[in-house]
Amino acid sequence: MSFTREKDHGTPPALATGRNVTLTIDGEQVILPEGTSILRAASLTGTAIPKLCASDNLESFGSCRLCLVEIEGRAGYPASCTTPIAEGMVVHTQSEALKQLRRGVMELYISDHPLDCLTCAANGDCELQDQAGAVGLREVRYGYDGATNMGQAKDRSNPYFDFDPSKCIVCSRCVRACDEVQGTFALTIDGRGFDSRVAASEGQDFLASECVSCGACVQACPTASLIERTVVESGTPDRAVVTTCAYCGVGCTFRAEMRGEELVRMVPWKEGKANHGHSCVKGRFAWGYAQHRDRVLNPMIRSNVTEPWREVSWEEAIAHTAAEFRRIQAKYGRTSVGGITSSRCTNEETFLVQKLVRQGFGNNNVDTCARVCHSPTGYGLKTTFGTSAGTQDFDSVEHCDVMMVIGANPTDAHPVFGSRMKRRLREGAKLIVIDPRRIDLVKSPHVEAAHHLPLRPGTNVAVLTAMAHVVATEHLYDEAFIRERCDWDEFQDWAEFVSQPGRSPEATEPLTGVPAEELRAAARLYATGGNGAIYYGLGVTEHSQGSSTVMAIANLAMATGNIGREGVGVNPLRGQNNVQGSCDMGSFPHEFSGYRHVSDDGVRGAFEAAWGVALDPEPGLRIPNMLDAATDGSFKALFVQGEDILQSDPNTQHVAAGLAAMECVVVQDLFLNETANYAHIFLPGSTFLEKDGTFTNAERRIQLVRKVMAPLNGYADWEVVQLVAKAMGLDWDYTHPSEIMDEIAALTPTFAGVHYDRLEAEGSLQWPANDAAPHGTPTMHMDGFVRGKGRFVVTDYIPTDEKTGPRFPLLLTTGRILSQYNVGAQTRRTGNSAWHAEDRLEIHPVDAENRGIADGDWVSLKSRAGETTLRALITERVAPGVVYTTFHHPDTQANVVTTDYSDWATNCPEYKVTAVQVGLTNGPSDWQRGYAEQTRQSRRIAPVEAAE
Amino acid sequence: MNMGGPEEGVMSTGERLIYMANQIARNLATEEPGRAAEMVAEHIRLFWDPAMRARIVALAAEDAGALTPVAAAAVARIARA
Repeated sequence: MSFTREKDHGTPPALATGRNVTLTIDGEQVILPEGTSILRAASLTGTAIPKLCASDNLESFGSCRLCLVEIEGRAGYPASCTTPIAEGMVVHTQSEALKQLRRGVMELYISDHPLDCLTCAANGDCELQDQAGAVGLREVRYGYDGATNMGQAKDRSNPYFDFDPSKCIVCSRCVRACDEVQGTFALTIDGRGFDSRVAASEGQDFLASECVSCGACVQACPTASLIERTVVESGTPDRAVVTTCAYCGVGCTFRAEMRGEELVRMVPWKEGKANHGHSCVKGRFAWGYAQHRDRVLNPMIRSNVTEPWREVSWEEAIAHTAAEFRRIQAKYGRTSVGGITSSRCTNEETFLVQKLVRQGFGNNNVDTCARVCHSPTGYGLKTTFGTSAGTQDFDSVEHCDVMMVIGANPTDAHPVFGSRMKRRLREGAKLIVIDPRRIDLVKSPHVEAAHHLPLRPGTNVAVLTAMAHVVATEHLYDEAFIRERCDWDEFQDWAEFVSQPGRSPEATEPLTGVPAEELRAAARLYATGGNGAIYYGLGVTEHSQGSSTVMAIANLAMATGNIGREGVGVNPLRGQNNVQGSCDMGSFPHEFSGYRHVSDDGVRGAFEAAWGVALDPEPGLRIPNMLDAATDGSFKALFVQGEDILQSDPNTQHVAAGLAAMECVVVQDLFLNETANYAHIFLPGSTFLEKDGTFTNAERRIQLVRKVMAPLNGYADWEVVQLVAKAMGLDWDYTHPSEIMDEIAALTPTFAGVHYDRLEAEGSLQWPANDAAPHGTPTMHMDGFVRGKGRFVVTDYIPTDEKTGPRFPLLLTTGRILSQYNVGAQTRRTGNSAWHAEDRLEIHPVDAENRGIADGDWVSLKSRAGETTLRALITERVAPGVVYTTFHHPDTQANVVTTDYSDWATNCPEYKVTAVQVGLTNGPSDWQRGYAEQTRQSRRIAPVEAAE
Repeated sequence: MNMGGPEEGVMSTGERLIYMANQIARNLATEEPGRAAEMVAEHIRLFWDPAMRARIVALAAEDAGALTPVAAAAVARIARA
């Protein structure tokens, strides 16, 4: 794609009424939907009316007075952005009077604007410049000697963009973008008339303000007043490639705007069906890690993890990898090796890793990082609905009346969708938040939860069962829906169970901490408030009853008929960009792609026929089982693609022991991550910018990832896996990821219609996409559940075995923050550390005072599993008795503290409940100092010997 | 290296397998015991690798009291299969 700016029609599309009107614009008759603005109508029919304050992602504003038109029979010159089309209307967009008016307006703008176009960073990409040309401005009669706003100091506090007030034309697009698109309300116009200024928060600089650096204001700015630092430094782009973000599960699509091989900026794509032109600080700006000096570009090997690394050729590294796996299998047996796929890599790469394990290693010892996040979603939704995925697309939120957010923090972890949620809430939808913390959604500008249920960590099932008690005993269930769509007998068993007095809100209040009346009110609202949509995150899954909680959620949705249409549903918010895809691709040790068990003879037979080998009909080892087997001596080699299990998985001590017990650990990654401390072979990885493929987001949307530059390491990740497979004797010969997708489609019924040409044509496809649904499936279970009848599952509350007591009286829960991503491998190597340079421990003022802790003090955080230290952040966001931290920084290594308790059905770790004690300390612990030294030693690279 | 954690926080593999079997049984305890045992056994068959299944059978034989009645009945079904 060469560089062309995205078309901007000036105002958003009209709300659909189904009625059209006919009018005439510049002599041409046009028919368009009722409610369309004249500005948009003209643009759609090829006439660009000059404009400055209008943009089609913002409500019309009518301030710049540039888009004036003449309408026959009406007096004056109305602004076309604020005037809707009408039946029989005759519009003229160009006349002598309009020319003079527009020129006059433009003269006033330019009289207070620097005339430094040739040296301006936005030269050639500036709407003000374009419009000056469009209106034929040739002189400014007022001169430049009067008072102006020029010469003001730039605000360069934000790591990614500059604010130059001298170039601001006070069109308010930035302010409106912050309000309407992002929903943060961080910007305002301060002062009046000539003194009007854009101000962040209360006159603070951008970094110190409430600005979340989503980039919406920069995108909206029609001048160089708000501009990306990279454009200032590198110049304007000359080509653009549409691709998919590699951060969270929202799956935003961006235009990667390039100069040659250099990425200049990432601009959210307006046509993107997941993000509709919006972005967050990570996807928009935090891509500098791709070319960070820490990237390792050459393969390396070592015989012992205490030795320095030795750089080798790709040929030697690949041959050594294959030889080691074959040697170990020959010595310890077929099942002594395994692999881990990555939720950060593409579907095609993930499919190849699991194929390498099943076809090449000859076992099913393959797992994925979804093990530690959404594996309970797969189990719970498959059990109840019949398929392991969320039920809706993101657009569905526009039709919901009641939003129930459980154990998720969308404004931090899924910020672009969080902004859409806030927009719907501002429009009037009601909000229920079930979370131990007072997340931002509970109360933020123009958004306030109707009910916040601040439950005690670990009591999700008790709370949801109490809500079900209210639904059942107050007869708030949808009997017609249940009788038609679900198993009525199972419903009755479930209803009898939840109706027992011991499961009432009043009976469970002492253990959940949720006031009974508040819970009853929330249940009534969800059941009777119209379209009820549930959105949940890792606060649901990462518990010893994660799968039960997912099923309890599904029960509630079925009981109230909130499934199978727009505006309702059960929606897991996926953590990483391709968690859904990695699960879809057969990364779990018990199932092939499309969630089909390995013991199914028919399914396995199809794979055996395609791959030409007999496949193991028995399930393989999950990640924690692999580590157990390693410490026991039966598991000896692991291939890890794009995951850092030492930092991300629970009970670091146990993970380290398992890795240390293996004879060959292969890490394929961008950086020498924490797991690589225990690796013997390092295969450099490629970033999402350097390869083709697909990601599947949280709404089952499969989107193309397009290569915008050559891999710095020489190979895309799928090519590296293919080299390993070939070295192991496998007959792989893919020349492009599209061929891998063709194989996936041939072997996976839900992907049967997914091919690259279809993805190019449609933009994206939501699976199932096959003959029955050639354009994909935005909403699941419309006419019936995938499993036939929806299944109600009795979910009894079983308290976690992780108990507080005198030694460990507080409950620790862990999570994410907006500016950092997962283990931080990417975001820590970007300017995002300006917002979050270290993990902090959130602690309630009462708990802090009892321990003599002041804000910023170093504190020790100790559990039965381990101890670390970090600094305290005193806040009422957490309830008394609860502390919270993030796990983005290896210096803190929060998972030293988390235990190996896990979900009963899937072994998903119980990250969200750890009994801890907190106390004052002097600084980093002995462990932290020791680990820092171990890491330093482990990352040594031996100097290359000079050639003779 | 020592991660600074007290030993009490770490289960051995055998202890973990027993814990997992009992945990599955506890979460299916609302079912009638015979049905619950069948469901626990089915769950273990579907999700545990053969070595883990063999190990739990051996562990059950070594220490009959380690498993809850439902979990023990499930493991007995696996042993018979």
